Formats: sequence, structure tokens, C-alpha cells
Amino acid sequence: MRVQPTFQRVTRLALLCCVLLVFMGAGDDGARFNNLGHRMMCVCGCSQILLECNHVGCQYSDRMRGELLAALERGDNDDLILQNFVQKYGTTVIAAPTTTGFNRVAWIMPYLALVLGLAAVVLVVRTWKNRPLVLPADAVPPASGAELEHFREEARKDTEV
Amino acid sequence: MSQIGSFALLLALALSAYSFLAGVLALAVPGPGSERLGETARRAGIAVFGVVFLASVVLVVAAFQDDFSIAYILHHSNRDLPAPYKFATLWSGQEGSLLFWSLLLAIYGLVLRLRHKTDARLFAYASVIIAAVQVFFLMLLNFAAHPFAVVAGEIPPDGNGLNPLLQYPEMVIHPPMLYLGYVGFTVPFAFALAALIMRYPGEKWIHITRRWTMVTWGFLTCGIFLGMHWAYSVLGWGGYWGWDPVESASFMPWLTGTAFLHSVMMQEKRGMLKVWNMWLIFVTFGLCIFGTFLTRSGVVSSVHAFAQSSIGDWFVGFLALIFATCVFFYVKNRNHLRSEHRLESIVSRESSFLFNNLLFVMFCFTVLWGTLFPILSEWVQGTKVTVGPPFFNKVAIPVALLLLLLTAVGPLLAWRKTSTESIKRNFMWPAIGALAVGVLMMIFGVRPWVDVSYFYALMAAMLAVLVALTVVSEFVRGARVISGHTRQNLLASMVQLWHRNTRRYGGYIVHFGVAVVIIGFLGSAFNRDQEQEMGYGDKMQIGPYTLVCRSYTQEDKPNYGSEWAIIDVYRGGQLMDTMYPERRFYKASQQTQTMPQIHPTLKEDFLLVKDLYLVYEGINQDTGRPIIKAHLNPMVPWIWAGWMLMVFGTIIALVPNAVPVKLTAPARVQAAPVGAD
Repeated sequence: MRVQPTFQRVTRLALLCCVLLVFMGAGDDGARFNNLGHRMMCVCGCSQILLECNHVGCQYSDRMRGELLAALERGDNDDLILQNFVQKYGTTVIAAPTTTGFNRVAWIMPYLALVLGLAAVVLVVRTWKNRPLVLPADAVPPASGAELEHFREEARKDTEV
Repeated sequence: MSQIGSFALLLALALSAYSFLAGVLALAVPGPGSERLGETARRAGIAVFGVVFLASVVLVVAAFQDDFSIAYILHHSNRDLPAPYKFATLWSGQEGSLLFWSLLLAIYGLVLRLRHKTDARLFAYASVIIAAVQVFFLMLLNFAAHPFAVVAGEIPPDGNGLNPLLQYPEMVIHPPMLYLGYVGFTVPFAFALAALIMRYPGEKWIHITRRWTMVTWGFLTCGIFLGMHWAYSVLGWGGYWGWDPVESASFMPWLTGTAFLHSVMMQEKRGMLKVWNMWLIFVTFGLCIFGTFLTRSGVVSSVHAFAQSSIGDWFVGFLALIFATCVFFYVKNRNHLRSEHRLESIVSRESSFLFNNLLFVMFCFTVLWGTLFPILSEWVQGTKVTVGPPFFNKVAIPVALLLLLLTAVGPLLAWRKTSTESIKRNFMWPAIGALAVGVLMMIFGVRPWVDVSYFYALMAAMLAVLVALTVVSEFVRGARVISGHTRQNLLASMVQLWHRNTRRYGGYIVHFGVAVVIIGFLGSAFNRDQEQEMGYGDKMQIGPYTLVCRSYTQEDKPNYGSEWAIIDVYRGGQLMDTMYPERRFYKASQQTQTMPQIHPTLKEDFLLVKDLYLVYEGINQDTGRPIIKAHLNPMVPWIWAGWMLMVFGTIIALVPNAVPVKLTAPARVQAAPVGAD
């Protein structure tokens, strides 16, 4: 009877630890700078992530990093920061499609294709599995049951390599 | 010089066109003279090699002679360019690289035509298809992207020089490897289409093309990894893969080609998936052409922008023609591809191959979708969006992990049916090993619930270990059986085991290599970097390393001027290395380029090796001191080691078996009589 409360306490403690771990550092500006800087592109035409652009003499990346730092110091939230960058530099500054409007299609399609593909393969496998073996009228009937297992074991021994 | 080259290209076009037309006539109109006509077509195809080779030699000689009357040489070379890069001029620009493509196709065609006695009729069909592809490239070279076009007006005294990004040793070998891969897929494509057109009986065409496909796949793999290594060593952002559209373009045919290498075994052993295999190779070839289109057309923005031009329309037309041809012959002869699909058990090698193929194709679709979505978005909503690494990492990594799981499980499943006992027996120890690695990683601080990248890293590590251990257990189990029979030691038994079925065990080594590569990739979740201005004696701390700037200086060379720093690397107070990150200014092209310095920490960390990666970012104009960026990239050397293993495995798989493995799929369909089509 004493096991249940102990179990509950341990579960609660574990949950609390998880929540703390998740939220620890969430407000850390360094981590946010790193996160947001990796969600944006440098707009100089180098096609690189903002924080990874080391384009020599790049006119944009240093300025953009400065603007990002300033926004973080102002206390802007992530959405507002990204929105301001989009207004200033255009939609291509965001490194991945947003999850609004038509852009949602970009995210949905790969998963949808995967799910449909998996369903199709499962269907194919089941159909092929249930397909009866067609033999000519004069053919020897196929081995089955214990006889088949015996043959399999023999074959396994012979061809283990 | 340019006249010789131009004449050679025109002659090559005429010969290719003859090889194609005479070949078609000889095959379509059988008669007393058709054999001789077919032979002239074959010889014309062989002659194409000689003439295209001559044109290529002329271009290289022109580069070495600084013949700036040729526009291509003027734009891609200069007098002080080092000799290896003058040689690489051949594939450094669009016109040259198309000529190089044509040359490689001519080489593949030459080998194919010289081996025509293997199966004269099948080879004749394949030869005609290769001639058709060659005609397309030679038309481009003659009419749209002429490499021997001459400069109008006064000839400048020096050339514009080679793009600095390309002045790196790997650029001498990366494009040829990639092109050998791209062009090489023409051969299996030609055989597949030939087999479909002539309703070729049985699976022999697959046996003939298997080696071609594996060689081609090996080259493409090398090309991709060399490109990654080049990006890592030259671009200076500390990474090796940025999901750039042109990178993706090379990755897509690799994915479908890999799917083909697996699914083709289903056709060989069980006579299944004939239609699927045919289309997989069609799509793979189409993706090779599509990759060239992406690189050349500029429809998507890319770091490979230097290769863009206006010949994209030609490729669109060619792609449409390929697709229409494939569809036409498929519809016409699809009954020839009927196969008996029947599975004895869901838990079987066949099922695992089906899922493996699905995942490869879905992976390819995801990459293609992400690459083309900016165009689709612009078309639908009028605004272009960026589809960069965050998108690909989110959608592609789960598929890659599933593939890795199948890589571990698939080889343990038997053909037709696998018993539960067998799975338990073969899978238990690798699974325990993988779980142990997962627990160890969590003990040492990898918290999968903190960040999704840690979760992926943990899963990837466990699955990679699972793959590696299943491969090792397969080798050990097989070697033990042989050792039991022959009383040889385990190592000798392993060699004998490999020699009995080179393809299977070569494939396992490739799988092992993939596992090692994945371990290398997962290190990126723990990358660190630091940037600092460093004057004399200044220190920077990154991880356990202390970097001390000993000096910084400038140097002038004929081809470029450079600024570089001398950085001593200490760990625990002990000097480990001295590094020289550099920034160059190329005089001819007036462009700057960083030359990062990399110190792999193999001696210090052994298996947990990292790369200390230093970039000379530039000079602070106010203080005159250099800005150094340091990256500490864990496990990166594993990627290159895994690549070596993949290449080694491919070579092993190409060695003929000591005892030929007999294939069981019978030839079920008789050949249609000649001319019946």
C-alpha cells in the first residue's frame, strides 16, 4: 500500500525535473541568439545561415547579427524579432517556410507522402502475402508445415555462409 | 587552336548522329545489310571518343599555353595559375564541364562498345541510346555553350583567373568524381531502356549492368563526399553540408541509385519488382540530368551560382524527351515486365527491401520537394520563401533514422521467411550494445528531452552502433562456421567468407561505413565556436584548448597575396600544434578567399576525436589585429573514415566471387522476334 504514494512522489519529482530542464535556459539570451540566428539566412546572396555566414567583407551579416542582439536586449519575443526581420529584409530571410497559409504545404507534404507511402507498402506486402501460389497441374505440391521447416533447417545449415 | 577544337566538336556531333541513326536503322529494319550497318554505327560511336578526347586535349593545351584568344580560357584561367588548376580548367566553367561530361560519356560508350560481344543485340540497343544522349550534349557544345568561342576584338594580356573557391586540391578531383557518377548512370539507364525496348528475356541485363551501377554509385559517393570535404575545408563556415540546392541535386540520384542497388536483388533472386526497378533507374538518370539543370539554370539560388547560365531550357526539353521516351516504351511493352509477386512472410528480406526502397524514394522526394518549394511558392503565392537547413533537418532526419534502423535489421532477415528464433539469436547482442551506448551517452550528459537535436543525436548513435554491431556479428558468425569446417583462424576465415560472396560482404562493409559516417554527423549537435580579435600573445579558450596568437603577417605570391596568423594550440599547458589560418586575395579575379586550418585531435581524444577548425576572418581596420574564429567540431573525422570504408566496401563488392553465386530467378519471358515491335 505504501508503494503507490512513493511511486507518485517519484513520478512528480521526475516530471518537475523535466519541466525545470526544459525551461532552464529558455530565457538565456545567448541560447536565443544562437537559436534565432540559425533560423535566419544572411541576405547577401551567399545562401548561408546568418550565424554561419563568414563571407569575407559581407555587408549584411554583421549588421543583421547586431540587430538581432539589439532586439534581444530590448526584450522582444522571438516572433516579433522574426517579423521585424521579414519586414526589413523580405520573406526569404527566414531559413524555413513558416507554418501559416500556403507555406504549411511545405511541411505537410513530406510527412503525408511518407504516411501514404508506408500505407501503400503495407498494403502491397499484405496483398502479396495473401496471394496463392499458382502451380501447373502436373507440378509436385509444395512442401508445407513440418516438412517445410525440415527443408529450411537443412538449407540453413548448408548455406549459413 | 580553337579551329581544331571547333572542328573536332562538329565531327563528334556528326559521328554521334550517325551512330544513333545508323544504329536505329540497323535495329529497326532487319535485312541483309543491317548487321554491317550496325557495325558502322558501333565504330562511329568508338570514333566519337577519339574526337571528343581530341577536343578536350585542345582545351587543356590552350589553358597551359595561356591562349586567351579562346573566351573560355580567358574567363577561367590566368598566366600565374598553378599547373594542376590549369588542367582543372577543363571542368571549371560551364562550357568546359559540358565538354568533360561529353568526354566521360564517350569513355563509357567506348568501353560498352568494345565489350559488345557479351550480348551483341542488347549492347547495340544500349549503344544507340548512349549515342542519343551524346548527340544532346554535343548539340549543346556546338550551338549553345561553345568552349572554343573566340574573343572579339583585342585579346587581353592575362585571363580573369579561376574562381578562388575552386583553387583547392580537391577541386581537381571532386568534379570528375561527381561527373563520373552522373554520367555513369547513363549506362544502366541505356541498358534498362534497351531491355524494355527489345523485350529482353530474363534478368541478364541486370547482371550485365550491376557492375556498371556499382562503379557509378561508388564514383557518385566519392564525388559527394569530396564535395563535402571541399566545403568543409574551403568555405570556412565550419560545416560540410548546407542543403544547398546543388548539393541536394547530387544527393537525389544517389538516393534512388542506392534504392536501385537494393531492389535489383529482388529481381535477381525472386524475379520481383521489374517495373519498379526499371523506373528507378529511369528516375535516377533523369535526376542526374535534373541536377545539371539545377546547377546551370539558376532557377534556385545556390552557393554554386558561378555555374549558372541560360542553357536551362535545353535541359528541360531533354528531360521532357527522356520522360516521354520512357513512358512510351513502358506503355508499349509493359506486359513484358509482368512478374509474379508473392511473399511467404512479412518478416523477410523481401519486405525489408520494400520498406527500404520506400524510405529511399521518400527521402529523395523530400529533398526534391524542399529544393523546388521556393519556385512553387513564388508561383502560387507570388512570394519566394527560403527552404534551408532547418526545414531539411526537421523532415529528413526522421526518414534517415528509419533507414538506419532498416540498415541494421535488413541484413539479419532471410529471404522468403525469417523465424523469430533467428531474429532473437542474431539481434540480441547488437541490440544490447546499442542500448548500452544510449545509456552511456545519457550518463555522460546527453539529455534528449532538452533539445531535439540531442534526441536525434542519441537515436542516431544507438542505431549506428546497432548497424555496426549487426555487421560485425554477421562477419563473426559466418567466419566461425568456416573456421569450424576448415580449422583456420577467425581472420583467415573472414577473408574466405568475404571471397565466397564479395557482393554481400562488401555491402556489409558499406553499411558499416554508413554507420561510421552517421556517428560523424551526430557530432554536429555538440559543435562549439568562438570568435575573437587576437593580437600578439592574446589567448582564446575553446573547450579544453587554449589558442595563443604568436604572430600575424602578410605574404605576396604570383597568383595571390595572403594574410595569415600563427596560432599555438595548447591543451593542459602542453603545446599540441601550431596552426596557420589564412585569407587570400586572388589578383586575377580580385576576389578574397579564406583558407581554414584544421587540427584533428586524434592523438588527444582517439575515438572521441574532434576537429579544431580555425578561420582567419579578416583584420579589424581600427586596431589592425586579425579576427580569428575557432570551431570545435566533434567526430567530424569519423565522416571521412566512414566514407573510406564505404569506398572500400564498394571495391570489395566488385571483386568476383571465388565460387560464383548461382541466381535462382528463371527467364520467364521469351524474347520477341526481331522486328516484331
